[in-house]
Amino acid sequence: MEKLIKKLTETYGPSGREDKIREVIKTEVEGLADEIRTDYLGNLIVLKKGSASEDTKPIMLAAHMDEIGLMITHVDKEGFLRFTNVGGVAPSRLVGTRVVLPSGQKGHVFHEPLKDLKELDLEKMYIDIGAKDQEEAKKHVTIGDIAVYDQNLVNLGNRLMAKAMDDRIGCAVLIMALQEMKNNPNDVYFVFTSQEEVGLRGARTSAYGLNPGLGIAVDVTMTGDTPEAKKMDVKLGGGAAIKVKDSSMITSPLVKDKMVEIAEKENIKYQLEVLSRGGTDAGAINLTREGILAGCISIPCRYVHSPGEMVDSGDVEAAVKLLVKIIEEKVEF
Amino acid sequence: MLIKELTQVPGIAGREGQVRKFIKEQLSSEPLDLSLDSMGNMYARHTVGETPLVMLASHMDEVGFMVMGFDPSGLLKFAPVGGIDLRVVVGKKVHVGEEKALGIVGAKPIHLQKPRERNKPFSRQELFIDIGASSEEEAKRKVKIGDQITFATKTEFISERVMKGKAFDDRAGCTAIIEILKSKPPVNLCGAFTVQEEVGLRGAGVAAHNVKPNLAIVLEGTTASDVPETPEHRYSTSMGHGPAITLMDRSFLANQNLNQRVIELAEKQGIKYQMRRTNIGGTDAGRIHLVEEGIPTIGLSLPCRYIHSPVSLLNIDDLKNMIDLVKAILKDIAEGGFPLGKTY
Amino acid sequence: MDLKQFLANLSNAPGISGLEREVSEKIVSAWQELADEVNVDTLGNVIAWKKGKDSKQPPIMVAAHQDEIGFLVSEIDKEGFIRLEPIGGIDPRLLPGQEVVIWGKERVIGIVGARPPHLQKPEEKEKAIPLDKIFVDCGEKKEKLQKKIKVGDPVTFNQELEWFNENICTGKSLDDRAGVAALHQALIELKDLKPEFDVAFVATVQEEVGIRGAITSSFAIKPGIGIAVDVGFAQRPGQEKEHSIEANKGPALGIGPHVHPDILARLQKISGENDIPTQFEPSPHPGGTDAYAIQMSRNGVATALLSIPLANMHSPLEVIDIRDVRRTGKLIAQFCIQADVELVEGLTCL
Repeated sequence: MEKLIKKLTETYGPSGREDKIREVIKTEVEGLADEIRTDYLGNLIVLKKGSASEDTKPIMLAAHMDEIGLMITHVDKEGFLRFTNVGGVAPSRLVGTRVVLPSGQKGHVFHEPLKDLKELDLEKMYIDIGAKDQEEAKKHVTIGDIAVYDQNLVNLGNRLMAKAMDDRIGCAVLIMALQEMKNNPNDVYFVFTSQEEVGLRGARTSAYGLNPGLGIAVDVTMTGDTPEAKKMDVKLGGGAAIKVKDSSMITSPLVKDKMVEIAEKENIKYQLEVLSRGGTDAGAINLTREGILAGCISIPCRYVHSPGEMVDSGDVEAAVKLLVKIIEEKVEF
Repeated sequence: MLIKELTQVPGIAGREGQVRKFIKEQLSSEPLDLSLDSMGNMYARHTVGETPLVMLASHMDEVGFMVMGFDPSGLLKFAPVGGIDLRVVVGKKVHVGEEKALGIVGAKPIHLQKPRERNKPFSRQELFIDIGASSEEEAKRKVKIGDQITFATKTEFISERVMKGKAFDDRAGCTAIIEILKSKPPVNLCGAFTVQEEVGLRGAGVAAHNVKPNLAIVLEGTTASDVPETPEHRYSTSMGHGPAITLMDRSFLANQNLNQRVIELAEKQGIKYQMRRTNIGGTDAGRIHLVEEGIPTIGLSLPCRYIHSPVSLLNIDDLKNMIDLVKAILKDIAEGGFPLGKTY
Repeated sequence: MDLKQFLANLSNAPGISGLEREVSEKIVSAWQELADEVNVDTLGNVIAWKKGKDSKQPPIMVAAHQDEIGFLVSEIDKEGFIRLEPIGGIDPRLLPGQEVVIWGKERVIGIVGARPPHLQKPEEKEKAIPLDKIFVDCGEKKEKLQKKIKVGDPVTFNQELEWFNENICTGKSLDDRAGVAALHQALIELKDLKPEFDVAFVATVQEEVGIRGAITSSFAIKPGIGIAVDVGFAQRPGQEKEHSIEANKGPALGIGPHVHPDILARLQKISGENDIPTQFEPSPHPGGTDAYAIQMSRNGVATALLSIPLANMHSPLEVIDIRDVRRTGKLIAQFCIQADVELVEGLTCL
């Protein structure tokens, strides 16, 4: 499991520029699937045909390939790079981080001198790639390039820490479920979506095209178990989180209760998740066409959108198990 | 001159009727198929045969205000329709209603203000519009609740290449579409004159549903902040440097493969262009590209200094270059060079 | 079922966004007697169809939302105190001293504690208590409490509808169950009649968290005309006149980008001919009602908005005048009867 997650999290792939991560995922699923294709928005759609699919609708699983990043908007005369955010990037999380450009050139993110840290703003920040002037900088970067966190995966024992766990861990869960599943009555589409971080965009168009009867997203969620954290009943090691609500969706009781039922029947460790702010692909699937039943298995994750996102291996294993059991149930609509 | 006349027609979100009428008159002698949908989007279709279908989209609505109520003294209460910084409104002339009655935006004179007050912008409650009526009944004879209010700015050249005016966002885009339709392009083209962009990009998605093009090109007006008190990295675009190609805005991430081809065409034909370098703002491209299973979309914008205010500036060469660039793209599609099938 | 009874039944039932089942069951049973067909879709929207004389035209869709604002239990702490996650826009200043109901395996009453003034520092009294400092006391320790309720259970205000007099009532979730009641009134008026076109009366869900039910139901129904029925701000001190409407003056006809001028003109004509008092509600940037979602559905829909005057919006003690509800219902019914092909064709006439 660690090898797979390491490969996925360390691959470059911000929103709208997912080609590299898409290729990596493709090699992982080739041979396991009946059909693999890419749609216009860049979603990777992997089909596992079902044994009893004629009389029922397909299931769509979604995990997003894209990570947050910094789009370079300006190269100044001294060779410093200015940027804007791709997805939710908080200035405080960026200070002192190392980033890498598509060319492979690395840089350090810092800010102009400030009287008060409250003034910290993306517009007062820049990336230093060690170039001596604009001309040298332009050898490594073009306006429009997107930089991402530069960080390797670290195994802390029961916990793994890396950048882009959001949502490469979800991609890993989908891949592991595909590897472990024994049979599936419904057709199952494993969709590795694009552009989630900028507005659940890939999920919207892929769900429209597939028109499934049920959609399950696998994404990260925050936890309430760090010092003075906002009150939230989700913690690392508490099991796979079954989403009750977030800003993009209030899970239909039909779906949520079924997921809880399966978890309890199969003795899978789970916890219930109520998230104040944050959305997932499930929210986009839910509102597609005439409305689609949707749910979400969340991987509890500390320090979301920082270079050191941390998950618990037990939670990840529980999520895979739960997903496999959901797939193996025949879903009637 | 087309852009002059088009910018003088009043038309805020939801009140685009007169703009529609004007554009219809401009196109009525052309061999085009004109139609309307229930939201008010207008379509002009140019058909040549078996080619991909391209949709050019620009919005007809401009930012303005709406009459919300009357003060017993005959003054009007109003609210912005679309994003307007209220600090720029004070001391300006406006037109009220379809008949363009004269109005002025007034506020408490400086003599009657305490020094502390002058540091704060006027709040909406302190602003009113005077149409020269002495009582509520008199005002109600000229104007009704819901009437549109637009800036009374006259569009004209202030230097050889630069025009001042209002509503360049996005009548400049509409002008471009009209010119391109009249030039009888070599591919099937639908000019979509959309509504209600300024209040949430409302018409564009509906237009994309109606047209279902193979490619959409959104022609917009955008911020040019190449002015003092703005550091260079915050310019977004610069006036006179050509149409700006969208990399990313709040609603849309461009497909690099499509942008790449547009850049190649611009360079090959010596058309001035620039990249749009900020993330801010949403455009119709945001709605269009996510319709159904996704529609390939390109965003091109004209740099406008002081956008969304009573008077903006536009360099006429930027408009000409945008039209040339779009024509180059259409020709490329007709010749099979454009990578229409390429995914993100 | 009579209008006042219908309204009371709905207002008193729990149905926060996403968890409307108890309310929708009541709507379904009441509307089954009045409509030709009643369905509940995937998200939970209740759709009641009245067949029209001309089924070839696109249907008319009339929508009011059945969901109310409320909370979910987000945490049960080790002492048995509950933390709340808001569903929809709630002003936390309303909470201290309120009674709430937690709908778990059992119905549990809790109170939102308010610190006694004696124990507060002077500066504290100047500030509103933020939501993250609010907690609910159910008078029970965690171990016992957990057998009755769990994280994710819905929480509503503990409130029953009460009448000041024959016409004016106060209670929770009148936003927008008053609107749903107006649809009920329209169905009563249409009971033995056929509207001109097919009409779908929709009690939408999840409006308060993003007009979600309206998005999916309008996609399914494919209306040509859509009328949303919601509530507007009844005039009260401190509210600007131009953003308020008046109670007992009838429904307010919306004016703005969300309203098609032809539909507005027809509504004005009908109210004039039928002596239904109406007023106007200009809205420069209206995104907060089902009209927004319906208008942008698929190929575009001609929409209008009717607002019932309501005071104290989004509090447990909202106030409405039932006469305004009846008038709104009558206006809707007459619109459906008088809709004609000329109106529909005019919408896309260039």
